[in-house]
Amino acid sequence: MNHKAFLVLATCLPVVPLMAQDSLLDALGKDSTANSYTIAIFKSTRVVNGHSLETLPQGVLDLRISHRMGFVNGGISNFFGLDQATIRLGLDYGITDRLMVGIGRSSYQKTVDGLLKYKLLRQCDAGCTMPIALDVVASASVTTLVAEEVPWYRPGNEDYLSNRLSYNFQLVAGRKFTEGLSFQVMPGVVHRNLVTRKDEHNDLVNVGVAGRVKLSRRSALTGEWFGVLPGQGPRDPFHNSVAIGVDIETGGHVFQLHFTNSTGMFERAFITETTGDFFKGDIHFGFNISRVFTVYDPKAKALRKQDGIHAKPQKARVPAK
Amino acid sequence: MNTGAIMKHQAFIAAIALALAPVLSRAQEKFGARDGNITFFSHAPLEDITAVSRNAASVLVPATGAIEFSVLIKAFEFKKALMQEHFNENYMESGKFPKAKFNGQLKTEPGDDISKPGAHTVQVDGTLSIHGVDQPLHTRAILTASTDGTIQAECKFNVRPEDHGITVPGLVRDKIAKSMEVTVSITYHKL
Repeated sequence: MNHKAFLVLATCLPVVPLMAQDSLLDALGKDSTANSYTIAIFKSTRVVNGHSLETLPQGVLDLRISHRMGFVNGGISNFFGLDQATIRLGLDYGITDRLMVGIGRSSYQKTVDGLLKYKLLRQCDAGCTMPIALDVVASASVTTLVAEEVPWYRPGNEDYLSNRLSYNFQLVAGRKFTEGLSFQVMPGVVHRNLVTRKDEHNDLVNVGVAGRVKLSRRSALTGEWFGVLPGQGPRDPFHNSVAIGVDIETGGHVFQLHFTNSTGMFERAFITETTGDFFKGDIHFGFNISRVFTVYDPKAKALRKQDGIHAKPQKARVPAK
Repeated sequence: MNTGAIMKHQAFIAAIALALAPVLSRAQEKFGARDGNITFFSHAPLEDITAVSRNAASVLVPATGAIEFSVLIKAFEFKKALMQEHFNENYMESGKFPKAKFNGQLKTEPGDDISKPGAHTVQVDGTLSIHGVDQPLHTRAILTASTDGTIQAECKFNVRPEDHGITVPGLVRDKIAKSMEVTVSITYHKL
Protein backbone atom coordinates (compact mmCIF):
# COMPACT_ATOMS: atom_id res chain seq x y z
CA MET A 1 0.00 0.00 0.00
CA ASN A 2 0.98 3.61 -0.42
CA HIS A 3 2.06 4.14 3.17
CA LYS A 4 3.96 7.20 2.24
CA ALA A 5 0.95 8.88 0.71
CA PHE A 6 -1.04 8.02 3.83
CA LEU A 7 1.70 9.49 5.98
CA VAL A 8 1.73 12.67 3.95
CA LEU A 9 -2.02 13.01 4.39
CA ALA A 10 -1.88 12.11 8.07
CA THR A 11 0.68 14.81 8.76
CA CYS A 12 -1.30 17.37 6.77
CA LEU A 13 -4.66 16.78 8.43
CA PRO A 14 -3.94 18.11 11.92
CA VAL A 15 -2.81 21.39 10.37
CA VAL A 16 -6.39 22.34 9.54
CA PRO A 17 -7.85 22.31 13.06
CA LEU A 18 -4.65 23.88 14.41
CA MET A 19 -5.06 26.81 12.08
CA ALA A 20 -8.71 27.12 12.99
CA GLN A 21 -7.74 27.75 16.60
CA ASP A 22 -6.04 31.04 15.74
CA SER A 23 -8.15 34.13 16.05
CA LEU A 24 -9.78 35.20 12.82
CA LEU A 25 -8.89 38.74 13.83
CA ASP A 26 -5.22 37.98 13.14
CA ALA A 27 -6.14 38.48 9.49
CA LEU A 28 -6.55 42.20 10.23
CA GLY A 29 -2.92 42.50 11.25
CA LYS A 30 -1.72 44.27 14.35
CA ASP A 31 -4.04 46.28 16.55
CA SER A 32 -4.16 49.94 15.70
CA THR A 33 -1.92 51.95 17.96
CA ALA A 34 -4.02 54.97 18.81
CA ASN A 35 -2.60 56.78 21.83
CA SER A 36 -4.40 55.88 24.99
CA TYR A 37 -3.72 57.77 28.21
CA THR A 38 -4.08 56.47 31.73
CA ILE A 39 -7.30 57.58 33.38
CA ALA A 40 -8.29 58.00 37.01
CA ILE A 41 -4.85 58.06 38.62
CA PHE A 42 -6.72 59.58 41.57
CA LYS A 43 -10.44 59.88 42.19
CA SER A 44 -10.39 63.63 42.60
CA THR A 45 -8.31 66.71 41.78
CA ARG A 46 -7.07 66.78 45.41
CA VAL A 47 -5.51 63.95 47.40
CA VAL A 48 -6.51 65.46 50.74
CA ASN A 49 -5.27 69.04 51.00
CA GLY A 50 -2.85 69.08 48.10
CA HIS A 51 -3.33 68.61 44.38
CA SER A 52 -3.39 65.21 42.75
CA LEU A 53 -2.42 64.48 39.15
CA GLU A 54 -6.03 64.84 38.06
CA THR A 55 -7.54 67.85 36.36
CA LEU A 56 -11.18 68.29 35.44
CA PRO A 57 -12.30 67.28 31.95
CA GLN A 58 -13.28 70.10 29.62
CA GLY A 59 -16.59 71.69 30.53
CA VAL A 60 -16.85 70.17 34.00
CA LEU A 61 -17.49 72.36 37.03
CA ASP A 62 -16.52 71.00 40.42
CA LEU A 63 -18.10 72.42 43.55
CA ARG A 64 -15.91 71.55 46.52
CA ILE A 65 -17.04 71.89 50.09
CA SER A 66 -14.26 71.21 52.57
CA HIS A 67 -14.41 71.14 56.35
CA ARG A 68 -11.77 70.64 59.03
CA MET A 69 -13.13 70.14 62.51
CA GLY A 70 -11.24 71.10 65.66
CA PHE A 71 -8.45 68.97 67.11
CA VAL A 72 -9.69 65.59 68.25
CA ASN A 73 -7.57 65.93 71.41
CA GLY A 74 -9.80 68.84 72.42
CA GLY A 75 -11.65 66.26 74.46
CA ILE A 76 -15.30 65.75 75.22
CA SER A 77 -15.90 69.42 76.12
CA ASN A 78 -15.20 70.28 72.47
CA PHE A 79 -16.93 67.09 71.32
CA PHE A 80 -13.54 65.89 70.01
CA GLY A 81 -13.26 68.85 67.71
CA LEU A 82 -16.71 68.67 66.16
CA ASP A 83 -17.71 71.93 67.91
CA GLN A 84 -15.52 73.90 65.53
CA ALA A 85 -15.05 73.91 61.80
CA THR A 86 -12.76 75.59 59.33
CA ILE A 87 -14.31 75.76 55.89
CA ARG A 88 -13.19 76.20 52.32
CA LEU A 89 -15.71 76.54 49.53
CA GLY A 90 -14.27 76.13 46.07
CA LEU A 91 -15.26 76.12 42.44
CA ASP A 92 -12.98 74.52 39.85
CA TYR A 93 -13.55 74.35 36.11
CA GLY A 94 -11.94 72.46 33.24
CA ILE A 95 -11.21 74.89 30.41
CA THR A 96 -9.65 72.13 28.34
CA ASP A 97 -8.99 68.51 29.22
CA ARG A 98 -5.56 69.63 30.39
CA LEU A 99 -6.12 73.10 31.85
CA MET A 100 -8.09 73.70 35.02
CA VAL A 101 -8.80 76.92 36.90
CA GLY A 102 -10.30 77.37 40.33
CA ILE A 103 -11.22 79.83 43.03
CA GLY A 104 -11.84 79.28 46.71
CA ARG A 105 -12.76 81.08 49.87
CA SER A 106 -11.47 79.83 53.21
CA SER A 107 -12.60 80.80 56.66
CA TYR A 108 -8.94 80.33 57.68
CA GLN A 109 -7.64 83.95 57.77
CA LYS A 110 -10.62 84.83 55.55
CA THR A 111 -8.58 83.96 52.49
CA VAL A 112 -9.53 83.98 48.83
CA ASP A 113 -7.36 81.81 46.59
CA GLY A 114 -7.14 81.23 42.88
CA LEU A 115 -5.39 78.46 41.01
CA LEU A 116 -4.25 77.27 37.61
CA LYS A 117 -3.34 73.68 36.95
CA TYR A 118 -2.02 72.24 33.71
CA LYS A 119 -1.37 68.65 32.68
CA LEU A 120 2.06 68.90 31.10
CA LEU A 121 2.65 65.17 30.56
CA ARG A 122 0.11 62.39 30.43
CA GLN A 123 0.93 58.85 31.42
CA CYS A 124 0.48 56.53 28.49
CA ASP A 125 -1.23 53.13 28.38
CA ALA A 126 -0.88 52.22 24.74
CA GLY A 127 0.48 53.68 21.52
CA CYS A 128 3.01 55.98 23.22
CA THR A 129 5.71 55.58 25.83
CA MET A 130 5.35 58.30 28.51
CA PRO A 131 5.77 56.49 31.85
CA ILE A 132 4.66 59.33 34.15
CA ALA A 133 2.16 62.11 34.44
CA LEU A 134 3.29 65.63 35.29
CA ASP A 135 1.17 68.62 36.27
CA VAL A 136 2.11 72.18 37.12
CA VAL A 137 0.11 74.08 39.69
CA ALA A 138 0.26 77.82 40.29
CA SER A 139 -1.89 79.49 42.89
CA ALA A 140 -2.18 82.76 44.74
CA SER A 141 -4.02 83.72 47.88
CA VAL A 142 -5.05 86.95 49.54
CA THR A 143 -6.31 87.39 53.06
CA THR A 144 -9.27 89.70 53.57
CA LEU A 145 -8.88 90.04 57.35
CA VAL A 146 -8.78 93.54 58.80
CA ALA A 147 -5.12 94.58 59.06
CA GLU A 148 -4.88 94.23 62.87
CA GLU A 149 -5.90 90.57 62.63
CA VAL A 150 -3.44 89.55 59.90
CA PRO A 151 -0.89 87.47 61.86
CA TRP A 152 2.19 88.90 60.14
CA TYR A 153 1.20 92.56 60.55
CA ARG A 154 2.88 94.70 63.23
CA PRO A 155 1.36 97.89 64.65
CA GLY A 156 2.43 100.80 62.46
CA ASN A 157 2.78 98.62 59.33
CA GLU A 158 1.28 100.12 56.23
CA ASP A 159 -1.60 97.91 54.97
CA TYR A 160 -0.50 97.28 51.39
CA LEU A 161 -2.50 94.77 49.34
CA SER A 162 0.77 93.15 48.25
CA ASN A 163 1.52 92.35 51.90
CA ARG A 164 -1.59 90.20 52.01
CA LEU A 165 -0.58 88.04 49.06
CA SER A 166 1.17 84.71 48.89
CA TYR A 167 1.96 82.40 45.99
CA ASN A 168 2.50 78.73 45.45
CA PHE A 169 4.19 76.93 42.57
CA GLN A 170 4.22 73.19 42.42
CA LEU A 171 5.12 70.29 40.21
CA VAL A 172 3.10 67.14 40.62
CA ALA A 173 4.85 64.11 39.14
CA GLY A 174 3.63 60.57 39.51
CA ARG A 175 2.37 57.38 38.07
CA LYS A 176 -0.49 54.93 38.31
CA PHE A 177 1.64 51.85 38.89
CA THR A 178 -1.22 49.36 38.89
CA GLU A 179 -5.00 49.60 38.88
CA GLY A 180 -4.89 49.89 42.64
CA LEU A 181 -1.70 51.85 43.33
CA SER A 182 -0.84 55.43 42.41
CA PHE A 183 2.01 57.50 43.79
CA GLN A 184 3.18 61.07 43.26
CA VAL A 185 5.89 63.49 44.37
CA MET A 186 5.24 67.23 44.65
CA PRO A 187 8.24 69.58 44.83
CA GLY A 188 7.25 73.21 45.17
CA VAL A 189 7.87 76.62 46.59
CA VAL A 190 5.59 78.87 48.63
CA HIS A 191 6.30 82.57 48.46
CA ARG A 192 4.97 84.92 51.13
CA ASN A 193 5.17 88.61 50.34
CA LEU A 194 5.39 89.47 54.00
CA VAL A 195 6.41 87.29 56.93
CA THR A 196 6.12 87.78 60.70
CA ARG A 197 9.79 87.79 61.68
CA LYS A 198 12.94 89.14 60.07
CA ASP A 199 14.75 85.77 60.14
CA GLU A 200 11.92 83.99 58.36
CA HIS A 201 12.40 83.31 54.66
CA ASN A 202 9.82 84.63 52.23
CA ASP A 203 10.30 81.59 49.98
CA LEU A 204 9.92 78.14 51.44
CA VAL A 205 11.02 75.27 49.25
CA ASN A 206 9.01 72.20 50.08
CA VAL A 207 8.36 68.70 48.88
CA GLY A 208 5.36 66.45 49.23
CA VAL A 209 4.55 62.82 48.60
CA ALA A 210 1.12 61.30 48.20
CA GLY A 211 -0.35 57.99 47.26
CA ARG A 212 -3.51 56.03 46.78
CA VAL A 213 -4.37 52.40 47.33
CA LYS A 214 -7.72 51.34 45.98
CA LEU A 215 -9.85 49.40 48.42
CA SER A 216 -12.64 48.65 45.98
CA ARG A 217 -13.85 49.93 42.62
CA ARG A 218 -15.32 52.99 44.31
CA SER A 219 -13.20 53.59 47.37
CA ALA A 220 -9.55 54.18 48.07
CA LEU A 221 -7.17 54.84 50.91
CA THR A 222 -5.11 58.01 50.46
CA GLY A 223 -2.14 59.50 52.22
CA GLU A 224 -0.23 62.73 51.91
CA TRP A 225 2.79 64.41 53.51
CA PHE A 226 4.30 67.84 52.89
CA GLY A 227 7.61 68.94 54.39
CA VAL A 228 9.43 72.26 54.24
CA LEU A 229 13.08 71.57 53.46
CA PRO A 230 15.42 72.37 56.40
CA GLY A 231 17.80 75.34 56.48
CA GLN A 232 15.20 77.95 55.58
CA GLY A 233 15.00 79.91 58.80
CA PRO A 234 13.14 79.13 62.00
CA ARG A 235 10.00 77.02 61.56
CA ASP A 236 8.78 76.93 65.13
CA PRO A 237 5.85 76.53 65.97
CA PHE A 238 4.96 75.01 62.61
CA HIS A 239 4.99 71.35 61.68
CA ASN A 240 4.95 69.39 58.47
CA SER A 241 1.55 68.46 57.07
CA VAL A 242 0.31 64.88 57.37
CA ALA A 243 -2.97 63.48 56.18
CA ILE A 244 -4.55 60.09 55.75
CA GLY A 245 -7.98 59.56 54.34
CA VAL A 246 -10.53 57.58 52.43
CA ASP A 247 -12.07 58.49 49.07
CA ILE A 248 -15.57 57.27 48.38
CA GLU A 249 -17.00 57.87 44.95
CA THR A 250 -20.69 57.68 44.13
CA GLY A 251 -21.46 58.75 40.59
CA GLY A 252 -21.11 62.54 40.49
CA HIS A 253 -19.87 62.89 44.08
CA VAL A 254 -16.55 62.13 45.65
CA PHE A 255 -16.48 62.09 49.44
CA GLN A 256 -13.06 62.43 50.97
CA LEU A 257 -12.92 61.74 54.70
CA HIS A 258 -9.63 62.21 56.48
CA PHE A 259 -7.49 62.94 59.48
CA THR A 260 -4.93 65.71 59.17
CA ASN A 261 -2.96 68.04 61.40
CA SER A 262 -3.42 70.96 58.98
CA THR A 263 -6.15 73.52 59.48
CA GLY A 264 -5.97 75.54 56.27
CA MET A 265 -6.93 74.15 52.89
CA PHE A 266 -4.80 76.18 50.51
CA GLU A 267 -1.07 75.67 50.00
CA ARG A 268 0.44 78.46 52.09
CA ALA A 269 -1.73 77.46 55.01
CA PHE A 270 -1.13 73.74 55.08
CA ILE A 271 2.45 73.60 53.84
CA THR A 272 3.89 76.46 55.88
CA GLU A 273 1.41 77.13 58.71
CA THR A 274 0.39 73.76 60.09
CA THR A 275 0.42 74.20 63.86
CA GLY A 276 -0.78 70.76 64.88
CA ASP A 277 1.62 68.00 65.88
CA PHE A 278 0.02 64.93 64.30
CA PHE A 279 1.76 62.53 66.67
CA LYS A 280 0.60 64.40 69.79
CA GLY A 281 -3.01 64.08 68.77
CA ASP A 282 -3.39 67.52 67.17
CA ILE A 283 -5.52 65.97 64.48
CA HIS A 284 -8.53 67.34 62.70
CA PHE A 285 -11.23 65.12 61.37
CA GLY A 286 -12.19 66.61 58.03
CA PHE A 287 -13.93 66.01 54.77
CA ASN A 288 -14.06 67.30 51.22
CA ILE A 289 -17.21 66.85 49.21
CA SER A 290 -16.77 67.20 45.49
CA ARG A 291 -19.83 67.49 43.27
CA VAL A 292 -19.28 67.74 39.54
CA PHE A 293 -21.59 69.28 36.97
CA THR A 294 -21.15 68.98 33.24
CA VAL A 295 -21.90 72.52 32.12
CA TYR A 296 -20.57 72.17 28.59
CA ASP A 297 -20.49 68.99 26.49
CA PRO A 298 -17.70 69.19 23.93
CA LYS A 299 -18.02 65.47 23.19
CA ALA A 300 -21.75 65.58 22.61
CA LYS A 301 -21.15 68.17 19.95
CA ALA A 302 -18.43 66.10 18.32
CA LEU A 303 -20.61 62.98 18.41
CA ARG A 304 -23.52 64.76 16.78
CA LYS A 305 -21.20 66.01 14.08
CA GLN A 306 -19.81 62.53 13.45
CA ASP A 307 -23.30 61.08 13.33
CA GLY A 308 -24.22 63.64 10.70
CA ILE A 309 -21.27 62.61 8.59
CA HIS A 310 -22.00 58.96 9.18
CA ALA A 311 -25.65 59.26 8.19
CA LYS A 312 -24.90 60.47 4.68
CA PRO A 313 -23.42 57.36 3.05
CA GLN A 314 -26.16 55.25 4.64
CA LYS A 315 -28.88 57.32 3.01
CA ALA A 316 -27.06 57.26 -0.27
CA ARG A 317 -26.78 53.47 -0.14
CA VAL A 318 -28.71 52.82 -3.33
CA PRO A 319 -27.59 49.72 -5.25
CA ALA A 320 -24.76 50.99 -7.37
CA LYS A 321 -24.84 50.02 -11.00
CA MET B 1 5.29 -1.85 -4.52
CA ASN B 2 8.07 -0.26 -6.49
CA THR B 3 9.35 3.26 -6.16
CA GLY B 4 7.80 4.25 -9.44
CA ALA B 5 4.32 3.50 -8.11
CA ILE B 6 4.94 5.54 -4.97
CA MET B 7 6.18 8.42 -7.05
CA LYS B 8 3.02 8.17 -9.12
CA HIS B 9 0.85 8.24 -6.01
CA GLN B 10 2.69 11.21 -4.62
CA ALA B 11 2.34 13.05 -7.89
CA PHE B 12 -1.35 12.23 -7.86
CA ILE B 13 -1.82 13.62 -4.32
CA ALA B 14 0.15 16.70 -5.17
CA ALA B 15 -2.03 17.21 -8.24
CA ILE B 16 -5.19 16.91 -6.17
CA ALA B 17 -3.80 19.33 -3.60
CA LEU B 18 -2.92 21.80 -6.32
CA ALA B 19 -6.33 21.45 -7.95
CA LEU B 20 -8.06 21.95 -4.62
CA ALA B 21 -5.93 24.89 -3.56
CA PRO B 22 -7.93 27.64 -5.29
CA VAL B 23 -11.20 26.11 -4.08
CA LEU B 24 -9.92 25.95 -0.52
CA SER B 25 -8.54 29.45 -0.58
CA ARG B 26 -11.82 30.82 -1.90
CA ALA B 27 -13.61 28.93 0.80
CA GLN B 28 -11.39 30.73 3.29
CA GLU B 29 -12.04 34.14 1.77
CA LYS B 30 -12.20 36.63 4.62
CA PHE B 31 -13.95 39.92 5.07
CA GLY B 32 -12.77 42.32 7.71
CA ALA B 33 -13.22 45.77 9.19
CA ARG B 34 -11.42 47.90 11.75
CA ASP B 35 -13.94 50.72 11.89
CA GLY B 36 -17.08 48.98 13.02
CA ASN B 37 -19.60 51.02 14.99
CA ILE B 38 -20.83 49.59 18.25
CA THR B 39 -23.31 51.68 20.20
CA PHE B 40 -24.96 50.89 23.46
CA PHE B 41 -27.93 52.60 24.92
CA SER B 42 -29.13 52.52 28.50
CA HIS B 43 -32.61 53.77 29.22
CA ALA B 44 -33.35 54.36 32.90
CA PRO B 45 -35.93 56.48 34.75
CA LEU B 46 -33.45 59.24 35.59
CA GLU B 47 -31.06 59.17 32.69
CA ASP B 48 -30.50 57.94 29.16
CA ILE B 49 -26.93 57.04 28.39
CA THR B 50 -25.41 56.42 24.98
CA ALA B 51 -21.87 55.40 24.19
CA VAL B 52 -20.29 54.63 20.87
CA SER B 53 -17.10 53.03 19.64
CA ARG B 54 -16.09 53.61 16.04
CA ASN B 55 -13.22 51.19 15.86
CA ALA B 56 -14.49 47.73 16.54
CA ALA B 57 -12.48 45.07 14.71
CA SER B 58 -14.22 42.14 13.07
CA VAL B 59 -13.55 39.35 10.61
CA LEU B 60 -16.16 37.32 8.78
CA VAL B 61 -15.66 34.19 6.70
CA PRO B 62 -18.74 33.85 4.45
CA ALA B 63 -17.98 30.27 3.43
CA THR B 64 -17.90 28.89 6.96
CA GLY B 65 -20.05 31.52 8.67
CA ALA B 66 -17.36 32.11 11.28
CA ILE B 67 -17.43 35.61 12.74
CA GLU B 68 -15.34 37.35 15.38
CA PHE B 69 -15.48 40.75 17.01
CA SER B 70 -13.20 42.64 19.31
CA VAL B 71 -13.65 46.14 20.72
CA LEU B 72 -11.57 48.16 23.15
CA ILE B 73 -13.64 49.17 26.17
CA LYS B 74 -11.68 52.38 26.49
CA ALA B 75 -12.66 53.36 22.95
CA PHE B 76 -16.30 53.87 23.93
CA GLU B 77 -17.11 57.55 23.90
CA PHE B 78 -19.69 59.10 26.16
CA LYS B 79 -21.20 62.55 26.13
CA LYS B 80 -19.92 63.21 29.64
CA ALA B 81 -16.24 62.68 30.30
CA LEU B 82 -16.94 61.56 33.85
CA MET B 83 -19.39 58.93 32.72
CA GLN B 84 -16.67 57.56 30.49
CA GLU B 85 -14.27 57.44 33.41
CA HIS B 86 -16.80 55.76 35.68
CA PHE B 87 -17.71 53.29 32.93
CA ASN B 88 -14.06 52.25 32.66
CA GLU B 89 -13.14 52.45 36.33
CA ASN B 90 -16.22 51.39 38.24
CA TYR B 91 -18.11 49.10 35.93
CA MET B 92 -16.06 47.57 33.10
CA GLU B 93 -12.69 47.62 34.90
CA SER B 94 -11.05 48.18 31.54
CA GLY B 95 -7.59 48.04 33.09
CA LYS B 96 -8.21 44.39 33.93
CA PHE B 97 -10.50 43.56 31.00
CA PRO B 98 -9.46 45.83 28.14
CA LYS B 99 -11.57 44.23 25.40
CA ALA B 100 -15.04 42.88 24.79
CA LYS B 101 -15.12 39.99 22.34
CA PHE B 102 -17.59 37.98 20.39
CA ASN B 103 -16.86 34.67 18.75
CA GLY B 104 -19.62 33.02 16.82
CA GLN B 105 -21.21 31.44 13.83
CA LEU B 106 -23.64 32.79 11.25
CA LYS B 107 -26.40 30.52 10.02
CA THR B 108 -28.02 31.47 6.76
CA GLU B 109 -31.39 30.38 5.44
CA PRO B 110 -30.94 27.05 3.63
CA GLY B 111 -29.36 27.60 0.25
CA ASP B 112 -28.57 31.24 0.89
CA ASP B 113 -25.07 32.58 0.25
CA ILE B 114 -24.21 35.80 2.06
CA SER B 115 -21.58 36.79 -0.44
CA LYS B 116 -24.26 37.09 -3.15
CA PRO B 117 -25.38 40.72 -3.62
CA GLY B 118 -28.53 41.56 -1.72
CA ALA B 119 -29.82 41.46 1.84
CA HIS B 120 -29.62 38.28 3.89
CA THR B 121 -31.12 37.64 7.29
CA VAL B 122 -28.93 35.39 9.36
CA GLN B 123 -29.04 33.78 12.76
CA VAL B 124 -25.97 34.57 14.90
CA ASP B 125 -24.97 32.24 17.70
CA GLY B 126 -21.86 32.55 19.75
CA THR B 127 -20.16 33.63 22.92
CA LEU B 128 -20.00 37.21 24.09
CA SER B 129 -17.20 38.00 26.50
CA ILE B 130 -17.53 41.21 28.50
CA HIS B 131 -15.80 42.06 31.77
CA GLY B 132 -14.09 38.68 31.64
CA VAL B 133 -17.40 36.80 31.78
CA ASP B 134 -18.57 34.67 28.84
CA GLN B 135 -22.25 34.45 28.01
CA PRO B 136 -23.98 32.78 25.06
CA LEU B 137 -25.53 35.21 22.61
CA HIS B 138 -28.25 34.39 20.10
CA THR B 139 -29.52 37.10 17.82
CA ARG B 140 -30.39 37.89 14.24
CA ALA B 141 -28.50 40.14 11.88
CA ILE B 142 -28.99 41.57 8.43
CA LEU B 143 -26.08 41.27 6.06
CA THR B 144 -26.17 43.21 2.82
CA ALA B 145 -23.62 42.29 0.20
CA SER B 146 -22.92 44.95 -2.41
CA THR B 147 -21.69 44.50 -5.93
CA ASP B 148 -18.59 46.48 -5.00
CA GLY B 149 -17.47 43.57 -2.82
CA THR B 150 -18.37 44.97 0.60
CA ILE B 151 -20.74 43.43 3.11
CA GLN B 152 -22.72 45.68 5.42
CA ALA B 153 -23.87 44.08 8.67
CA GLU B 154 -26.49 45.43 11.06
CA CYS B 155 -27.44 43.83 14.32
CA LYS B 156 -29.21 44.71 17.54
CA PHE B 157 -29.32 42.76 20.78
CA ASN B 158 -29.58 43.25 24.53
CA VAL B 159 -26.96 42.70 27.18
CA ARG B 160 -27.58 42.62 30.90
CA PRO B 161 -24.61 44.00 32.85
CA GLU B 162 -25.51 41.68 35.72
CA ASP B 163 -24.95 38.62 33.49
CA HIS B 164 -21.36 39.72 33.00
CA GLY B 165 -20.57 40.27 36.65
CA ILE B 166 -21.02 44.05 36.45
CA THR B 167 -22.70 45.25 39.61
CA VAL B 168 -24.66 48.49 39.78
CA PRO B 169 -24.82 49.98 43.29
CA GLY B 170 -28.24 50.87 44.70
CA LEU B 171 -27.46 54.56 44.68
CA VAL B 172 -27.33 54.78 40.88
CA ARG B 173 -29.85 52.06 40.05
CA ASP B 174 -32.30 54.62 38.69
CA LYS B 175 -29.65 55.91 36.31
CA ILE B 176 -28.46 52.69 34.73
CA ALA B 177 -30.69 50.26 32.84
CA LYS B 178 -30.88 46.61 33.77
CA SER B 179 -30.54 45.77 30.10
CA MET B 180 -28.49 47.66 27.53
CA GLU B 181 -29.43 47.81 23.88
CA VAL B 182 -26.39 47.17 21.74
CA THR B 183 -26.36 48.14 18.07
CA VAL B 184 -23.70 46.92 15.70
CA SER B 185 -23.15 48.46 12.31
CA ILE B 186 -20.14 47.45 10.30
CA THR B 187 -18.96 47.48 6.71
CA TYR B 188 -16.70 44.59 5.76
CA HIS B 189 -14.15 44.76 3.01
CA LYS B 190 -12.50 41.79 1.38
CA LEU B 191 -9.16 41.06 3.04
